[in-house]
Amino acid sequence: MPDADLNLLINQQPHRLPVGATLRDAIELIGLKPPFAAAINLEFVPRSQYAQRLLADGDRIELIAPVTGG
Amino acid sequence: MNTTVTSPDPLTLYGETFQSRLLLGTSRYPSPTVLQAAIAASQPAMLTASLRRQTSQGDNTSGFWTLLKQAQVPVLPNTAGCHSIQEVITTAEMAREVFETDWIKLELIGDDYTLQPDTLHLPEAADRLIRAGFKVLPYTTDDLVLCQRLIDVGCQAVMPWAAPIGTGKGPINPYALQTLRERVRVPLIVDAGLGRPSHACQVMEWGYDAVLLNTAVALALDPVAMAQAFARAVQAGRAAYLAGAMTSQDLAQPSTPVLGTPFWHQP
Repeated sequence: MPDADLNLLINQQPHRLPVGATLRDAIELIGLKPPFAAAINLEFVPRSQYAQRLLADGDRIELIAPVTGG
Repeated sequence: MNTTVTSPDPLTLYGETFQSRLLLGTSRYPSPTVLQAAIAASQPAMLTASLRRQTSQGDNTSGFWTLLKQAQVPVLPNTAGCHSIQEVITTAEMAREVFETDWIKLELIGDDYTLQPDTLHLPEAADRLIRAGFKVLPYTTDDLVLCQRLIDVGCQAVMPWAAPIGTGKGPINPYALQTLRERVRVPLIVDAGLGRPSHACQVMEWGYDAVLLNTAVALALDPVAMAQAFARAVQAGRAAYLAGAMTSQDLAQPSTPVLGTPFWHQP
């Protein structure tokens, strides 16, 4: 029987979401609040696309937030 | 920028003017309060910031975000830690959305030990960022031809290092930095490797347009006092550059007139 869940890496941590999940679901899964920005498989995804962007099995999601820097 | 006091000698980058010639990093301070006071003491043109992975609601992130907003200083996000052109592009795009700015400090690291930029791929990274609408300030070595290539692809300012990041050594190759200043017309900002206000003053005397500091201020015993010391050194060096220094010479010459010296007699 095929696996119905998507295996994802969110900030390098393994997570599972059902098929049909969007980037917004992934963000809600880890409870992140703005300000942050997102990328999937090293490609930037604008905020306006979170709800439409369907996730695929094996997607590597990066969610990054402002920190101090030099 | 956007201050009511206007300097007769502002720093101009990509057509925007800044009243300060000091850009300040925000890392490694003993506390956010000290960082805030250092900003107030040095009145920087820009503050650098970065982006890192977040897995939950970190208070550090929201606290820093609030501090940045309250500082009312333009933010210069960096691409620190990026090792490929694609990482740079994606990080810059994420920074543009988060910080709501087109400014980007381009860092493309080629060697983790020295944090030396990947000089072979820097021009291509800059080119792609500029085509994507970014105002790119590239962190680079002091190599003249590399800096020229960065200007060729559209960089309107270049940021050579004085020494590797965080070393505080000051200009390790004065000849290269001075040659670069003589050969290149765009604004030049010394980024990285400065440790003391005298280093900042020195490069400003050579005609550099600004300096970017972080560790030298953050790791001082009193970062707030050091921030102010650097701000004054930058102003002094700039003023000296505009004033034009005398040419040094090997033979001593008395400052006081010799004619009429009392008690003087022919030996």
